[in-house]
Amino acid sequence: MQRSKLGLDFEKVGHAKEVSKRIADDVQKFVDNYSTVAVERTLCRLLGIDGVDGNEVPLPNVVVDAIKDKGVLSEGVMFFIGNAILETGMNPQQIAEKIAEGELEITTLPIRSMEEIQNAIQPFVDENINKIRERKAKRDNYLDTIGEGPKPYLYVIVATGNIYEDVVQAEAAARQGADIIAVIRTTGQSLLDYVPYGATTEGFGGTVATQENFRIMRTALDKVGEEEGRYIRLCNYCSGLCMPEIAAMGALEGLDVMLNDALYGILFRDINMQRTIVDQYFSRLLNGFAGVIINTGEDNYLTTADAFDEAHTVLASDFINEQLALVAGLPEEQMGLGHAFEMTPDLENGFLYELAQAQMIREIFPKAPLKYMPPTKFMTGNIFKGNVQDALFNQISIWTGQGIQLLGMLTEAIHTPFMSDRYLSIENAKYIFSNMKSIGDEMEFKEGGIIRQRAAKVLDDATELVEKIEKEGLFTALEKGIFADIKRPKDGGKGLDGVVEKGSNYFNPFIEILHKK
Amino acid sequence: MSGGLYSTDSNDFDKTLDLTKIKPYGDTMNDGKTQVSFTLPVKKGEEAIEAAKQMMKKMGFENPQVVMVQELMEGFTFFNCYGNCTHTVDFTGIHVPKVESTTMDMHETDEFVKENIGRPIRVVGASTGTDAHTVGIDAIMNMKGFAGHYGLERYEMMEALNMGSQVPNEEFIAKAIEMEADVLLVSQTVTQKDVHIKNLTELVELLEAEGLREKVILICGGPRISHELAKELGYDAGFGMNKYADDVASYAAQELSRRLNG
Repeated sequence: MQRSKLGLDFEKVGHAKEVSKRIADDVQKFVDNYSTVAVERTLCRLLGIDGVDGNEVPLPNVVVDAIKDKGVLSEGVMFFIGNAILETGMNPQQIAEKIAEGELEITTLPIRSMEEIQNAIQPFVDENINKIRERKAKRDNYLDTIGEGPKPYLYVIVATGNIYEDVVQAEAAARQGADIIAVIRTTGQSLLDYVPYGATTEGFGGTVATQENFRIMRTALDKVGEEEGRYIRLCNYCSGLCMPEIAAMGALEGLDVMLNDALYGILFRDINMQRTIVDQYFSRLLNGFAGVIINTGEDNYLTTADAFDEAHTVLASDFINEQLALVAGLPEEQMGLGHAFEMTPDLENGFLYELAQAQMIREIFPKAPLKYMPPTKFMTGNIFKGNVQDALFNQISIWTGQGIQLLGMLTEAIHTPFMSDRYLSIENAKYIFSNMKSIGDEMEFKEGGIIRQRAAKVLDDATELVEKIEKEGLFTALEKGIFADIKRPKDGGKGLDGVVEKGSNYFNPFIEILHKK
Repeated sequence: MSGGLYSTDSNDFDKTLDLTKIKPYGDTMNDGKTQVSFTLPVKKGEEAIEAAKQMMKKMGFENPQVVMVQELMEGFTFFNCYGNCTHTVDFTGIHVPKVESTTMDMHETDEFVKENIGRPIRVVGASTGTDAHTVGIDAIMNMKGFAGHYGLERYEMMEALNMGSQVPNEEFIAKAIEMEADVLLVSQTVTQKDVHIKNLTELVELLEAEGLREKVILICGGPRISHELAKELGYDAGFGMNKYADDVASYAAQELSRRLNG
């Protein structure tokens, strides 16, 4: 039995995890029977289809829309493309180009046997699976040779809108000690039902996520990492309507960390829950296979709900997110479950509650590279106080052994970070992480004290909540506004028309391969 | 050149406060002491420090002191500097347009609306355009409010609809027509490349095209919004940092009463 510094009841934790597993299994029964336009476009990408047509429409969209327009998307792109390979002798990319030129009607070709179709497509499946394997091997090789920074990894954002300017900012951050560079996406990209193409220099509040931009940044970070003797991880966002496509692009281009959270999209972007839960499953299969750490967005729940009263919803969501990841074969070591409880700095003993909760999450998910972040909600134009707020959270992070520390920026209420802001924030974290390195090993928490009581209370409330969600089912619970005070209808939100029930010819060989590893 | 901690430099300047010629204040009236930090795109070294001092002088600072020099990466050096500002401002000649209303708390506003309007005020709010941030509009509208100030949804005499984020201007207007809104609230958080200005201007133009502009009280808010900017863009009022639901609700109630009751 694991020893708890908080006196946590691990039997209760085990029970909550079992309940959460049943919630996830119930969701999975739904997921298994459905596909989406985003999943199908992902399959196109995994067959090597890339590029855009004359109107800048990505070819994966061209192919999927062509099939969807004929009302037969239920059979899946693998079926039609596999059949077209046999009928035309072309490869998937050539087939996509012909469709884009209006020279090929993929759904009306004579249909070959399922066995022939599956055999025809297999070489293309293998080719791209091997590419992802090679990418993963490259990362593993870096980690074995040049190594990495200690945990908590220092995570900073770049957000200039211009990928080439981002590279300069990222290089500076890496040289100052950052371990993870997150390229914030341009505002609104999560609601685009396609992934833009090519290198981009215009964005608002961030930079467009494209496969070429991934490649540019990965190349730059590999160079800096080699020079600094430390592997630098790259983070992007596989969330929103293109969740699995971006997972595939990230797997192919060597991204290391991905924001990946359907619940976040449902609550904060009003994305349809059926759509994004199906998308999330395939994206987590890919992330799991590619060795990508996912980050979940629970810390955001409390920006709308009260952070003190609703802390248990964060833990409940972490419980569910853990199980939804396990169902997709994503190992615990890659689960950057999110937490951090944006309590108002005016709250007396707020630091103690925060410490209690951070330690509690650490003990409940012992193998996960937990993602921890200071509160953005209570940052103001008082940058001097902001630096102190960030310092308090850095102390909790090193004390409780968090995995990934999203560094707060003293100016974050004002603008996207200056190069110097990032420096000050890295300096703050490095100072505290070194100065307080072993404090967690030295300190225990008083029996019956504020910290132990707080942890026990949050665990109790979270357990009660997952029990309630199990009775309702996750979808109904979301309809009732259980998280973040936000209610979302099962048949509302964005992207519902891209959900399709799988037909009798549907097959997706990647699921088995990705699961097996 | 540094003055050091215990400068013995003579400070024989006039130490009386003159509101027609105010200067930054460090610890002595009219000392002009100012803290400035910036990065220059040059390699760290004596030349970089000299460049920072010259930059300070061009910004109007005497006795520039570079107290911290940090290379952020090769070719970029960060400075923290102090200097004595040589410029002055005539405080007596300043006029800032302000929202003309008395801030009341929730109950006072509800009472005011009951007495002067006699029905709930209809308010539609959204973070419009591509802006995905709901933090501003939520702080003003959500039941819970922000920092102890209840949001408009909690007001008895407000019928408030928060449409959330990324609401196209057209959809926003359609909802306003449907609800026969008295007040439109637009929140803009993302201001990179002045995207908020374009978006706010577009909304005014669309409202004018629909002939609705004069029929509603149009309010914008966000960390980079000032009342002056709002007026310039054709809004009735603008609320920036440190303004809460109370300020917005009070203004909306009093302005609507002015319009209805003359």
